[in-house]
Amino acid sequence: MAELQLKSHRFRTEREADWRRLESLLGRVQRNGATGLMPDELLEVPVLYRQALSSLSLARAVSLDQELILYLESLCARAYFFVYGVRSRPAERVTRFFTQDWPAAVRSLWCETLVSAAIGVVAALVGYFLVAQDPDWFNALMPGAMAQGRDPSATTDFLASTLHQKLSGHEALELLATFLFTHNSQTAIFAFALGFALCLPSAALIAFNGATIGAFLALFASRGLLAPAIGWLMIHGVTELFAITLAGAAGLSLGWAATFPGERTRLEAIGQAGRRGGLVMAGVIVMLFCAALLEGFARQLVQADLARYAIAAATAVAWGGYFYGPWRRRRP
Amino acid sequence: MKRPRIVLRPASGTFSFGGRPFVTPEGVDLGLTVGAYTERLAAFILDLLILLAALIAFTILTGLAAWAAKSRLFGEAATLIWLLGAFVLRNFYFIGFELRGGAATPGKRAMGLRLIARDGGRLTADAVFARNAMRELEIFLPASFIFARGAGVDGALIALGALWSLVFVVFPLFNRDRLRLGDIAAGTMVIKAPKTVLRRDLLQDAPATVGGVAFTQTQLDAYGIKELHVLEQVLRRGDRRTIAEVARRIRGKIAWDGPLDVTDQSFLAAYYSALRGRLEGQALLGRRRRDKYDRA
Repeated sequence: MAELQLKSHRFRTEREADWRRLESLLGRVQRNGATGLMPDELLEVPVLYRQALSSLSLARAVSLDQELILYLESLCARAYFFVYGVRSRPAERVTRFFTQDWPAAVRSLWCETLVSAAIGVVAALVGYFLVAQDPDWFNALMPGAMAQGRDPSATTDFLASTLHQKLSGHEALELLATFLFTHNSQTAIFAFALGFALCLPSAALIAFNGATIGAFLALFASRGLLAPAIGWLMIHGVTELFAITLAGAAGLSLGWAATFPGERTRLEAIGQAGRRGGLVMAGVIVMLFCAALLEGFARQLVQADLARYAIAAATAVAWGGYFYGPWRRRRP
Repeated sequence: MKRPRIVLRPASGTFSFGGRPFVTPEGVDLGLTVGAYTERLAAFILDLLILLAALIAFTILTGLAAWAAKSRLFGEAATLIWLLGAFVLRNFYFIGFELRGGAATPGKRAMGLRLIARDGGRLTADAVFARNAMRELEIFLPASFIFARGAGVDGALIALGALWSLVFVVFPLFNRDRLRLGDIAAGTMVIKAPKTVLRRDLLQDAPATVGGVAFTQTQLDAYGIKELHVLEQVLRRGDRRTIAEVARRIRGKIAWDGPLDVTDQSFLAAYYSALRGRLEGQALLGRRRRDKYDRA
């Protein structure tokens, strides 16, 4: 039959088996992951992919069969994302994250981290002096739910008792820790995302957080309880505040890239800042998990002020050393 | 001497709406199509429903477990598991699925979408993380404004806030690649990745003649590539009434005087084969006839 001599038809019949083979291999990868293929099948994929690509170019030139071209386009795209989406094993990725990627991302944010910390410290000082001069400020700075009765009208004995709560039988420490963790993490993610709106909302969030702490400390200082209050706060606060500062820093870098992209295009700058921020934020969640453990367990179990200070100092040294210590880094 | 600029252009001509040049390192354009806003919205709503269903099922399950254990300790454990589970679901449902090989949540897969890195490189975990962290800004913020209640100045402020945050929701409509905020922050984009099947070639079971009578050159010159593709769709869909109508029109247009005792279906199949042979022959010689108005 003459029509079978059509070049596009012959072209298709000659190559169709290879396309089908590639399709079935990709289907198995999609169902079972790359482990679903034998080693020699895995090596087969890039070869078949390049064949399919050349088929696509050729088909565009010789064939007017629309379905064939659409099929090849979709097949090539699927194969492309498999061939070029090199993936390492999850365990390798996690190790790499903790040994290299995360500390490197945090270090590269040092400038934003300083700014973020400065905003928090200044806001804390402002909150402290406002409340120290006029206790009425306390109610303005502290959300009612967070105060839990710790306000200027409370007695000194009550305030002191909140710092050193004795364990009354079986208390749900795990529950407290979990609640704190989920709440803080959600807030931190929010602080990062808010940075996109040109830095200001992130900065406002950090400042508000700082002012709350300042007000809290001023209240306890007015009753001569400053030292135990700092111990109560810092046993987990070193980790938690550092994490929140980092989240704020990631948000600031995102907003900064959006506002002043420099020599890169705006899209490129935001993309880089966003990916780096994503790295930092994944780590911030880990930090907040540690903070919640310290807050939920260590703070309730360790009642001596000195021991609390010791734990706080130890965490500060550990985090500082981990991120900024003079370790030998392999270049990526 | 300046180096010549190389412009890569697919051989098949213009892009369809939402098409985007995406050239592989081998120099072939993959002809990707950007996922439409409506499709992505539908995918997101689907994901939200799945998430909600999972959360409800999870709540009932932990509730039942706590009730069955009838002990305070187990009750606390159940609450703890619920808190952690809800947190993981909320934050890692999207991240988890998008990090897998298919790079699509169940909702996206149902709508035939997938996630890619905009530069064509590897889709990294930090990008997926950043992309989904931004969801807080796009979904949570508008939602909190919408559900907030206030009177007087508060009400006006809330309304303004809602308006401001809605900017983020409709953001994808204002750029070519339908990027949402998270896509911009992560350097990703969502494309259509439908699974297409390759059916039989229409030429395979159709002779290019009707009852032994071939079409003449003039009869085959009546149409171009665009019409050929429409004819292909008509034949593949196989709707009898459309086929009858199209066959009637083509017979009229080419002034068909050959045998009339064949079915419309086989007449169209024959004409398709003959027309494709003719147009492909021309294309091989460097002349691609776009449509019926494209006269040499």
